[in-house]
Amino acid sequence: MSEVLDTNNPETLTPPPEVVKEELLAKYPTKVARKRAKQIVINEVGPDCTVPEIMANVRTIPGIITQRGCTYAGCKGVVLGPTRDIVNITHGPIGCGFYSWLTRRNQTRPAGPDDFNFMTYCFSTDMQEEQIIFGGEKKLRQAIQEAYDLFKPKAIAVFATCPVGLIGDDIHAVCREMKEKLGINIFAFSCEGYKGVSQSAGHHIANNGIFTHVVGLDDSVNGGRFRINLLGEYNIGGDAFEIERLFEECGLNLVATFSGNSTIDQFANSHTADLNLIMCHRSINYVAEMMETKFGIPWIKVNFIGAEATAKSLRKIAAYFDDPELSARVEEVIAREMPAVEAVRAEVHERCAGKKAMLFVGGSRAHHYQELFREMGMETIAAGYEFAHRDDYEGRRVLPNIKVDADSRNIEELHVEPDPQRFTPRITPEDLARLAMGDLTFKDYEGMMPTMANGSLVVDDISQYETEKLIELYRPDIICAGIKEKYVIQKSGVPMKQLHSYDYSGPYAGFQGAINFYQEIDRMVNSKVWKFLKAPWQEHPELTAHYVWE
Amino acid sequence: MRKIAIYGKGGIGKSTTTQNTVAGLAEMGRKVMVVGCDPKADSTRLLLGGLAQRSVLDTLREEGEDVDLEDIRRLGFASTICVESGGPEPGVGCAGRGIITSINLLEQLGAYASTENLDYVFYDVLGDVVCGGFAMPIREGKAQEIYIVVSGEMMAMYAANNICKGIVKFAEAGGVRLGGLICNSRKVDNEREMIEALAARLGTQMIHFVPRDNIVQRAEINRKTVIDYDPSHSQADEYRTLARKIEANEMFVIPKPLSTDDLEKLLIEYGLAG
Repeated sequence: MSEVLDTNNPETLTPPPEVVKEELLAKYPTKVARKRAKQIVINEVGPDCTVPEIMANVRTIPGIITQRGCTYAGCKGVVLGPTRDIVNITHGPIGCGFYSWLTRRNQTRPAGPDDFNFMTYCFSTDMQEEQIIFGGEKKLRQAIQEAYDLFKPKAIAVFATCPVGLIGDDIHAVCREMKEKLGINIFAFSCEGYKGVSQSAGHHIANNGIFTHVVGLDDSVNGGRFRINLLGEYNIGGDAFEIERLFEECGLNLVATFSGNSTIDQFANSHTADLNLIMCHRSINYVAEMMETKFGIPWIKVNFIGAEATAKSLRKIAAYFDDPELSARVEEVIAREMPAVEAVRAEVHERCAGKKAMLFVGGSRAHHYQELFREMGMETIAAGYEFAHRDDYEGRRVLPNIKVDADSRNIEELHVEPDPQRFTPRITPEDLARLAMGDLTFKDYEGMMPTMANGSLVVDDISQYETEKLIELYRPDIICAGIKEKYVIQKSGVPMKQLHSYDYSGPYAGFQGAINFYQEIDRMVNSKVWKFLKAPWQEHPELTAHYVWE
Repeated sequence: MRKIAIYGKGGIGKSTTTQNTVAGLAEMGRKVMVVGCDPKADSTRLLLGGLAQRSVLDTLREEGEDVDLEDIRRLGFASTICVESGGPEPGVGCAGRGIITSINLLEQLGAYASTENLDYVFYDVLGDVVCGGFAMPIREGKAQEIYIVVSGEMMAMYAANNICKGIVKFAEAGGVRLGGLICNSRKVDNEREMIEALAARLGTQMIHFVPRDNIVQRAEINRKTVIDYDPSHSQADEYRTLARKIEANEMFVIPKPLSTDDLEKLLIEYGLAG
């Protein structure tokens, strides 16, 4: 088993990061290179976990092929899409609705045969030229009525696409009117695709909308001693199912997940929980912050990607509730789950150790999945997010120093105050201080960079060109990204795992998910298939020739 | 066929001037089509003797794909062909997109075909150039000549200068040229001299000075052009003159818009001189 790189073999040697960075920038015009230089950072973790500053959440330079998506995709596709019993209507031309038809493989499990599940449907107002010219409010009203007549859902949400913002349809007024008329919850999101610099703006808009229109509508406390919400877990490939299983075995009472395998009633009731757990900090921290201010629910950052990380997260929850019985059950579950994980881990470690991974994806996944690779003995040599902000890279400690630019100011920031009746601190300041002395930190996310090795490369909003260049320079054993990158990477002979949709596999969360991931990655990085990318006659030509001028 | 667009500040008298001029051309035996590019659809009222026109966009909405040229054209005074683009109610939808759709449909239906034997097409366009849609008549060679209706009032001159900026933008790509300023008098002091000076600065001409006369309002109340309502009135002759000057016009330029400072200087110079 080789833990370290074979330094005698130049094939496995990677060039120093300074050289790589220089190479990445070499082709760019001066101004572009200057900006990209601030978004390509060589990691260096200093004392007290300080890391270099990275530029993030800024406009992509026109002409650069980015990984990023649009605000509508972030709002409807990521945050609201995975809820099964809201009829999500895309107000716009048909393409926006069709191409956002839950391609992320979010799963859900209706409670019974009578439970709603609209996730397999695609609802759109199918806006045409007539609506662009004369306004689309009438057709939207009709669409809401039609959806109501057909399905009698508990709630309908409306999502604005680009042209809706341009022609100024008042979708909020239409929703208020139809809510009054039909007597169900109907609300809209002004998530026009062109807003903001990436899909991140759409997450924020979704957070604001769900907090304004849904959270806090149902005050009934439905029992359970350890009431938690799981935020920023979207149940891709069944991740949430695995986490739910663990919660149940530990005796934790999950009130709501935002938004994998979720229902609108759970959102309405979520403010009755006693602790918020954040998985994807980037997409959902706004709701956690607002729930803390308004209702007094503290939040902690967790990570259920990676077996060790899962165990650690479960222990954090137990520490918060400070209950011997819960702690014992958590330990029991960890002890029961770990042997199976360890057996597979040890086996794949032999074949995978020392291999190199690059992750360019999302706003949390590029961080979380490094845990799994580390458990397999694989090294993350370069990573970056599509749409994250500086706090997701450097940790929330930099929040006071982040300059809020005009693009971010364009996205509404809700002003929230403690609810006069319903604000109840869940924990005394003394307990808070005592827990903070231990392993538990509230309202904090350390960020990706402090957990990465010195000399690793961190690239924000990586471009197609930079991806290809990195492949050439680093020759990684696997790259994790999304569908737009997939085939370019595979064509260059490198295995590629989609972390937006998991291709066709998963779950990867929790203990069972870790086993799935180990096996899947082992299969991919040790496959011989990539060696056959060149045809035999390219490798060993039977006939050779050369041009006369050569 | 000459393709002419009339622009100018809102309320300056574009539609009135256009229709009266068209009446003059029709009287001369020219075959003219007027395309109203205003969502209010009131650009052909005087030629049609009332607001009886079904707009292109309304027809498209009601008839679907099956639209004939005859569904959207009406014959007005002296066999002028009247078309109204139409558009949404104020405050909803996108009127600019409506104009684009409407002009494209007219083209596809053959409204401009050589078999129609048109001598002139006039586009009467809403207000200032507010978005891409309202610039449609001057894009891609839809109109070749622009006349700007202006008066000696400051905001009208500002608007005229702004429209010139729009023309410059499209002049190179679409080949559109400015044919001149039409001064629709508001009886402002030194009005004629001021507009002549503005025209000179823009590199164009004041093609005609239309004096103010209440006969225009009286004719309008009766849903008629002056030429139709009171053919022997001197104001009718003014419009006939304008029609003849446009017919004879050979001065087509890419204007040189003024800076705001220069425009204000010009206003002060002539305003104070009075």
